[in-house]
Amino acid sequence: MSGTFIGMPAFPKAAHEAVRNVTLRANLRHATHTIRDKRAVAVAELDDWAELREAGKQIKDHTLHRLDHYLVQLEESVTAAGGTVHWAADAAEANRIVADLVKATGETEVVKVKSMATQEIGLNEALEAEGISAYETDLAELIVQLGEDRPSHILVPAIHRNRGEIRDIFRSEMGKWGRSAPEGLTDSPAELAEAARLHLREKFLRAKVGISGANFMVAETGTLVVVESEGNGRMCLTLPETLISVVGIEKVVPSWRDLEVFLQTLPRSSTAERMNPYTSMWTGTSDDDGPSAFHLVLLDNGRTDALADEVGRQALRCIRCSACLNVCPVYERAGGHAYGSVYPGPIGAILTPQLRGTESEIDASLPYASSLCGACYDVCPVAIDIPEVLVHLRERVADQGGRGHRLEKAAIKAAGWVLDNPGVLAVGERAAARTRRLHPRKLPGPGASRWTDSRDLPQMPAEPFRDWWKKNRT
Amino acid sequence: MTTPPAPSSRERILSRVRTALAEAPDTPSAPRGYLTTHTPDDPATVLDLLHENLADYRAHVHRAMERELPALIGGLLEDHGAVSVAVPPGLPAAWLSGTPVEQRHTPLTPYELDATDAVVTGCALAIAETGTIVLDGGPGQGPRSLTLVPDLHICVVRAADQIVASVPQAMPLLDPTRPLTWISGPSATSDIELDRVEGVHGPRTLHVVLLTTR
Repeated sequence: MSGTFIGMPAFPKAAHEAVRNVTLRANLRHATHTIRDKRAVAVAELDDWAELREAGKQIKDHTLHRLDHYLVQLEESVTAAGGTVHWAADAAEANRIVADLVKATGETEVVKVKSMATQEIGLNEALEAEGISAYETDLAELIVQLGEDRPSHILVPAIHRNRGEIRDIFRSEMGKWGRSAPEGLTDSPAELAEAARLHLREKFLRAKVGISGANFMVAETGTLVVVESEGNGRMCLTLPETLISVVGIEKVVPSWRDLEVFLQTLPRSSTAERMNPYTSMWTGTSDDDGPSAFHLVLLDNGRTDALADEVGRQALRCIRCSACLNVCPVYERAGGHAYGSVYPGPIGAILTPQLRGTESEIDASLPYASSLCGACYDVCPVAIDIPEVLVHLRERVADQGGRGHRLEKAAIKAAGWVLDNPGVLAVGERAAARTRRLHPRKLPGPGASRWTDSRDLPQMPAEPFRDWWKKNRT
Repeated sequence: MTTPPAPSSRERILSRVRTALAEAPDTPSAPRGYLTTHTPDDPATVLDLLHENLADYRAHVHRAMERELPALIGGLLEDHGAVSVAVPPGLPAAWLSGTPVEQRHTPLTPYELDATDAVVTGCALAIAETGTIVLDGGPGQGPRSLTLVPDLHICVVRAADQIVASVPQAMPLLDPTRPLTWISGPSATSDIELDRVEGVHGPRTLHVVLLTTR
């Protein structure tokens, strides 16, 4: 992945461009509507969905409130099972740990399971700088990597690409990374999947180092869980001699039994399946099965900042199912790239500003990248109240100040004075009603015209309501 | 005067967590008001549900009694033109007694596995509500790569004692210290316009034989 999110324009500008891309909007609309309809069916199969959702929420909250305890317990369990645990305070430290571990094996290439955590820290770029090639093996991640593109969805990173675009990327780029696309490759999904199978198989078979994230880590047993569909995950997790997993500290759950909740809610919420095709679980290392060396890198990178925020910490409950993206009217139109982060959509709009802070223009704009319709909260399998956190973060951004917020404050102060003085208000209303034919359709000025370019100003009534009431009802 | 050593990242992260939670109220363990199963407690119903859900995700499902198994497995291998089959340790020899294909025993390198056409295994258990078979590396299952690299997987499930209705019923029966693979239908992807395509990296064809006693 050569693209970077650093220096992205703020959300309104990025979204403005995205909504004018007709292909992108058609791809996104098709994909999000397909998956949201299927998800509703899969969820409806379970009568106890509400109870599962509540249990998932409570398990995650309980874990977050005793996170230090469970992390230490996890470390002990993983170590006892033959793994090695590393702690990384930030992206740079995590990347350095992984690069050193790979170098110690003497290898210069690694195969990767799709992982949000490694994208978040820019691991591929960091490894490249150290002379190590990292191959993405998830089909969608492969499409993104070959296309020198950025992921635009948590679950389906190439959701913004249609089959014709994917065929073109495979034809022109596969040969530069390994086995070329077959002659006469068409845009049928089956043929494209087959091309990926052939291209990646040679990499899987020779790989000595695999890198993954994890969906869950069980403190009690030291078990890591990866949930996937294609089997590329299983390839990376079992064929190499060394496995390095980079996992956010919020992914821990207390007990083995807790998995029974998430293994019911995650697949149904994400791919709308009763169960995803493959789930791998491993505890440290095993004799004669899988890697002989296992390293777990526990990643903070801003998570403890989110944890410190009473309202915002619920974002750390997220199990990355992406249901909130698929129902979001803003995501559906703006696309994932507009959010300027590996975490797009509603969850990205609350997670990213907490992980990265709200100092940059893009991060300060993210809490506003929402209509607050609440659909994201309704579908969230761990009941994250995303609208609540959005409003909370807007408050934080507003408190930072800035020109727009100073103008807004001045306007609100003036409005407050008028509303506190009924006489002034009445005079103003009458004046406004009498001059209604002279009112412009659009407001002047750079800030106001941006608002009215896409909206009509309300029409002023012929007389103020209070005058009408006096005439007709008293 | 010596400066104290810089705290390790482990200490820094744990201390940041503790500071972040200093004001946080204690939260109790989670309520577990959800159901243990969504299926009537009747073996025939559970078996039918497993059959239906396996088939729904494109596994080929068969029912057979012990004595019919060798011929069924032999026939499936023949139908797929398999000339070699990987055999996990502990697989009942009788299961492969009806086929002339070359048997390859573990350990097998990834390249040797790639050159093997099929694999026949048992399983640890199967979950009806999700159409899932779970392998734990026990007898007749072998290491995880065995059921991953060859293109055809034939898995035998003993209906009498290996099928549970639900995920909550499966968890206490599984040993987390063993490497576990949960398989729900063959490999699939939905990455191209969310069209489901079977067979990307794992076995493209999955046959599940439900072994019944009558």
